[in-house]
Formats: sequence, structure tokens, C-alpha cells
Amino acid sequence: MRGFVSSCPGRSGTGIKALLLAALLCAPLTTAHAVEPSEILADPALESRARDLSKGLRCLVCRNQSIDESDADLARDLRVVVRERLVAGDSNDEVLDYVVDRFGEYVLLKPRFSPVSAALWLGGPLLLLGGCLVAWRQVTRRDEAAQTPASPLTEAERARLRDLGVDPDSRGEA
Amino acid sequence: MVAELGHFALVLAFAVAIAQSIIPLWGAHKGYAEPMRFAESAAMMSLLLIGFAFAALTYGFINSDFSLRVVYSNSHSDKPYLFKIAGVWGNHEGSMLLWVLILALYGALVAAFGSNIPPALRARALSVQAMVAVAFLAFILFTSNPFERMDPVPIDGTGLNPLLQDWALAAHPPFLYMGYVGLSMPFSFAVAALIEGRVDAAWARWVRPWTLLAWSTLTVGIALGSYWAYYELGWGGWWFWDPVENASFMPWLLAAALLHSAVVVEKRSTLKSWTILLAILAFSLSLLGTFIVRSGLLTSVHAFANDPERGVFILGILVVATGGSLALYAWRAPQMAPEGVFAPVSRESGLILNNLLLSVATAVVFIGTLYPLFVEALTDNKISVGPPFFNMGFSPLMIAILIAMPVGAALPWKRGDLPRVMKKLWTAAALSLLVGAMFAMWRTGGPLFAPLGIALAFWAIFGVIVDLAERVKLGRVPARETLRRLARLPRSAWGQALAHMGMGVCAFGIVGITAWESEDIRVAQAGDMIPLAGYDIRFDGVERTQGPNYRIDGGQFTIFRDGRQIAELVSEKRFYPVQRTQTTEAGIRASLVEDIYIVIGDRQEDGGWAVRSYVKPFANWIWLGALIMTLGGILSLTDRRHRVGAPNRAKPAGKADVVAAE
Repeated sequence: MRGFVSSCPGRSGTGIKALLLAALLCAPLTTAHAVEPSEILADPALESRARDLSKGLRCLVCRNQSIDESDADLARDLRVVVRERLVAGDSNDEVLDYVVDRFGEYVLLKPRFSPVSAALWLGGPLLLLGGCLVAWRQVTRRDEAAQTPASPLTEAERARLRDLGVDPDSRGEA
Repeated sequence: MVAELGHFALVLAFAVAIAQSIIPLWGAHKGYAEPMRFAESAAMMSLLLIGFAFAALTYGFINSDFSLRVVYSNSHSDKPYLFKIAGVWGNHEGSMLLWVLILALYGALVAAFGSNIPPALRARALSVQAMVAVAFLAFILFTSNPFERMDPVPIDGTGLNPLLQDWALAAHPPFLYMGYVGLSMPFSFAVAALIEGRVDAAWARWVRPWTLLAWSTLTVGIALGSYWAYYELGWGGWWFWDPVENASFMPWLLAAALLHSAVVVEKRSTLKSWTILLAILAFSLSLLGTFIVRSGLLTSVHAFANDPERGVFILGILVVATGGSLALYAWRAPQMAPEGVFAPVSRESGLILNNLLLSVATAVVFIGTLYPLFVEALTDNKISVGPPFFNMGFSPLMIAILIAMPVGAALPWKRGDLPRVMKKLWTAAALSLLVGAMFAMWRTGGPLFAPLGIALAFWAIFGVIVDLAERVKLGRVPARETLRRLARLPRSAWGQALAHMGMGVCAFGIVGITAWESEDIRVAQAGDMIPLAGYDIRFDGVERTQGPNYRIDGGQFTIFRDGRQIAELVSEKRFYPVQRTQTTEAGIRASLVEDIYIVIGDRQEDGGWAVRSYVKPFANWIWLGALIMTLGGILSLTDRRHRVGAPNRAKPAGKADVVAAE
């Protein structure tokens, strides 16, 4: 689940074996402490914006951890950068632009819409739409089949039903 | 010596599996009874042999036989007994052995309890099951031998990762694998049905119990992993959308879809080919999960390329199993004509909606999990897909499922009347909105979506209760009649009710912890008071003690509410000298209303300690919900219709046949 040990400083790990272990058991290998008391901004509004932004930024040396969760040094540096930009008066988007300019799109845990990420963003909605259409067609087809009575009974069939003691005009449930 | 016997048993099991994958299939094709019956004895023999191999490895771990490489790498003589045993599957080789052991267990269960299944179908299904076993036994024997010896023999082992030395994590893999591997059973039955070219209500009835068992155990496995992450990782996260979690979540979602579509096949003899496809895909996702986890693909494409042997082997299994079964599907499925007809507003349509939403949700997780790998492999770009993406893509689908669930469950088969159903459910809607409003007044200051989320969760819960009340005619007939009806409800109905209710309970917990969590991070000196969400937390300092195989720095805390002491908590920092690794044990005061969650951090230069305190409202409802869902699955599993013999003895099937014949 959590971070990749060997590249996250401050943790002992045995490289690929530890990773396999972690992977096997869905196991994070580090307990993270992330945000240190010294980093926290005095202004609670700014701090809360910083936390929100941090949750969407990747710790570049960890496996699938945000900088909000990671205690790697690089994550800490990035947290500090985010807070500096906020204190300097940047809007959230400006902070993200600033970080992306320096570290690339890879740093964003929610990729921006682009030709590269188009299939990622459109895949789900398109499947839902396509699935709805297919399901709707199936359902209406079954419904039509239910509505249209099989070809009307011939007089011979009606006579036979009457012989069996069934009223051919009744619509009784089976 | 024991290890060599274990290795030998594995080789024998490999041979038995090869025979089992050929002889019964041939017998079923020719209609010969003896070769078909061979499947059962072979399945039993496989369980004995693989069970012996597993016992042999366990013996090596318990006796700390460091001449075995896996024991050396994953155990230590100082390790507590429980974790010596858990160490058996706490590594690659042993976990694969557990994988095939559970595969053999399922095969043997079919052989032992499948006497109501027609011999040809049973023989074919067991043959297909054996093919999977052949592939994975070959994988173990040729790439991941757990019985490899070391020379010279090391004095002591390197130990198990301390984070894994935990009861929840010890139990996590067996449950997870019971689920993963259990999905091989519907898969085998689906392929067997494709070979036979026939799927009917009876088939669905044989497949459902296996799917139920797999889904229930998978639920437990995922919940254990999530709960462990919550209390062990030190900040109370419970779901991270990590590829490994997603790998277990995707089969869970599709298995849930399969459970529902199999009901439609059983009752209404329609959605057959879709159900077959789901059975194939659900197990394929289990294989994909095994592949993702085992291949090292998680870190990056390059890590995989550096050590490709194991990864390529499982990829081969995945391609052959999925590709082969899908090809068979493309060839045979068109022959399976749907029979039952139904109106757009009907339970059938509700279940189709359920399947649509669950499948798209699976697809969203699938795309998000694999997208970075594809981008990295195919282009020069690297992108990350993390929790913000998954939350955004997944939540709307779950909301839709929660909204539709009570309505779909209340609709009758064939043709329903939406206004009439809504009239039944309006009490549930009104009550859930009322609860939402109560929360809006009680928990002020949270985000706007929160009361709506709470209302939605309670809509699922009250929906179940209203539906049950409706079925037993509560208040409309004498109480004794209601009780009689209640007692006569089939267990599968109770199972459904519990599972749906569990969904609501789980959603309630998720909304609660997401919306109203409070947090405090600070440097505290002994004696400091930390006010948080109505509590006062006093930090009493840190005591150093010694655990069985680790050293403890225990942060002592006293919790006050309104000046009255309500609890004392210890949050531990553990240091494991063998691995030179540190872990944290959060101090948690758990309750159904909210958890107080305290983590002691590092000592600061000024002598204070970093202290993180959280109040996490309704956290435990998440796992409580999972537990209720599991109980629902198990209750459904004990329904007598799953156990009694020939399907024509049970009434509903006969009725379905008449309906289908209209």
C-alpha cells in the first residue's frame, strides 16, 4: 500500500525483496509521519490549503505516496516550497503551476487533461455511456419480446386449448 | 529431510494436476464414467500432497531451519511463535504455495460437496481447475522453489519485516487468497459450461455458492488490510488506491457483479453469456492482481525488465487463461440464447444497472491502475494516477449504486411499477433525509456534502429495513403472522438484506471520517495539554520499555472530556534491532462515535516530542460495514437451496422454467 522503502531515506529496507514482501501483503513498508510541527503555517487557512495541495502532489522518490503522507526529505522540501508559495500570495493553481514547471506533470497525482491522459479521463465516462446504450437496447428488446405475443393462436389451437379446459382468451400468469 | 519430502510432494502434485487436467475432460467428452470420477480422487490427492508440502514448509519455519533460504530471509529465532507461522506466507515463495494450497482446497471442496452437480460438468470444471494448478505449480517448481537449501547454513535469519508482524496482517493473505483463488471456481464452471455449450438456472445455482464464498473471504481480506493500515501506519489512513489494493479491489467489484448476475441467470434464465463473461473476467483480474504484485511491475516498467523471469511466467499464465477462455467464449457464447423476457422497470433491469455500474467502476480502477504503466511503456512521458483521480472517478458510481440499491431490491421480477415501489420506500427516504438533517445540525462546520452523504448511507440502511417490513407485512397482519413470515424468509433474503445494509454502514463510516476528522500536530512537552474536538489530551511523557523482539518508546497520554478523565492511551514507537527498523503503534481509544488516535513522533532538539492527535468520527463503521457484508454473504451461503440436491426439487427453478417457456 504505502511507500517504497529503499528510496525513502530514513528507513532501512532490503530493496527488491522488501518491495516484493510489501507488494505481496499489500503492505506499506514505512510508517509515515509526514507533516512535521515545524513546517506548519501560523495561518490556519493557508495551512489547510497547503494540506489540500500536498495531498495532490506526489512524493517523487516514493512509490505512490503524496508529499502529505511521506517523510522523505524531498517530500518535506516540496511541502515547504508549497507553503512558501502560499505565503507569497500564490493561488492554488499558481502553486501547482510552479511545482509542475520544476518537476513536470509527473508530480500531479491527478493528471491534467492532455492528449496523453485523454484515455484515462474519458475511458470511464465513455464506457458508462456505451454500457448504458447496450443495456438499454437489451432491455427494450426483451421488453418488445414480452409485448409482442407470439403469433396469435390458430382456431385449431384454440379448440385444443378448450378441449384441455383452458380458456384461450384468459391472460393468466403461469 | 522434511523439506525434501515437501518438495517431492509438490512434484507429485504437479503430476497429479497434469493427469487431472486431461483425463476427466476426455472422459466427459466420451461419456465415460470412470475417467470422470478420476477428477474427484485427483482433487483429493492434490489437496493431500500440497497440504503436505505446505506443512513441511511450516515445519521449517517453526523450527527455524535456516538452511532453507526462505526461512533465513524471512524469519528469526527471536520472532514470536505466531509470526513464525505467518512468515510462511509472508514471502514470495511461501505465498505462492499458499495460493496453490487454496486452489487445491477449492478443488477438493467441489469433489467432496459437489455430488449434486452433473458428473460431466463437475469433471470438466475440475479439469479446468487442474489446468490452473498445473500452471501455478510449474511456476513454483521452476521459478520460486520454497524448499531451496543454503550452504553453509546461516546462524540466524534476517527476520520478517516488523510492519508485517501483526495479527491482522498475519491473517490478511489467507483471506485474500481464499477470495482471489476462490474466483477460480466460477471461472472453471464458466469454461466447463462453454465446453458443454449449456448454461441454465441449475448452472447458476452451482456457481453462486463458490462466488459467495470467494466474495465473502475477499471482503474480510480487504477489510483486514484496510484496518491494519488504519492502526499501524501512523496517521489513520484506511484506503490509498495503491496498485496493490486496487489489484484486490477489482476482483471484489466484479465478484459482486457476478453474484448479482448469477441470480438473474438462476431465476430468469437470462444474462447467461454476460454472467459467463463476468466469471472469466473476475478470475482474470485475480490473475492480473497476482501478476502485478509478483512481477515487480509496481515500481516501474524498468524494475520489471530487470528481473523478468517470474513476471513473464505469470504474464504467460494470464494471457493463456484469459485469452484462451475469451476465445472459447467468443466461439460458444453466441449459442446461448437469452430466454426470459422482462420490462424496462423490473428487478432484472435493476440488476443490469448494478452490473453496469460495478463493471464501469472496475474499469475506472483498472484504467487508473495500469495507465501510468502504459504511458511509460508506450511514450516518453511519465504520469501519476493517485487518490484524487480515483476518488473523483469512483465516487459518482458508488453514489449511483447506493441510490439505486434499495429501489432495485424492492422491484419485482419481470415487470415493476416504479411509483408503487417509491410509495413503499418513501418512509425510508424521509427517515434518511431526517437523519441527514440531524447530522447537519449536530456536526456543524463540516463540508456541505456530508449531511447528504449521511442521508445516502441511511437510505441504503432504511431501504433494507422497509423492504423487510414490507415482505413480512409488518403492521398489516397480526404480529404472529409477521413473525411467522419473518421466520420463513429464506436465508438468502437475509443475506441480501445484511449485505446491502453493510454497504450503507460502510458508506456511513466513510462519509463520517472523510468529513469530520480533526487533527492536531505539534511539539509537546511532558505535561502539555492538547485541546482537540472537545477533548483535552495531556501528554505525560515517554517511557522506554522492552518488547519481545523490539524496544519501546511509549508516549503516555491522558484524555479528558469536560475536565473528567476518560482514558489513558499509550502510543508506541518500536525499534526492531534485527532489521534496524522502526514502527509506530498508534494509541487508539476506539468507539462507535469516534476514535481518538494519537501518534508519538520523534524527539525534538528542545526535549519535546512531535505529537499527532486525531479525532476520527465513525471510523469503525467502515470495517463494521464490511463485517456485516461478510455475514450477509455467509448467511446466503447457508441457504438450503445451495445445498439441496437436484434443482428440480426446489420450487423457484420449476417456476422459472415455466416463465421462461412462455
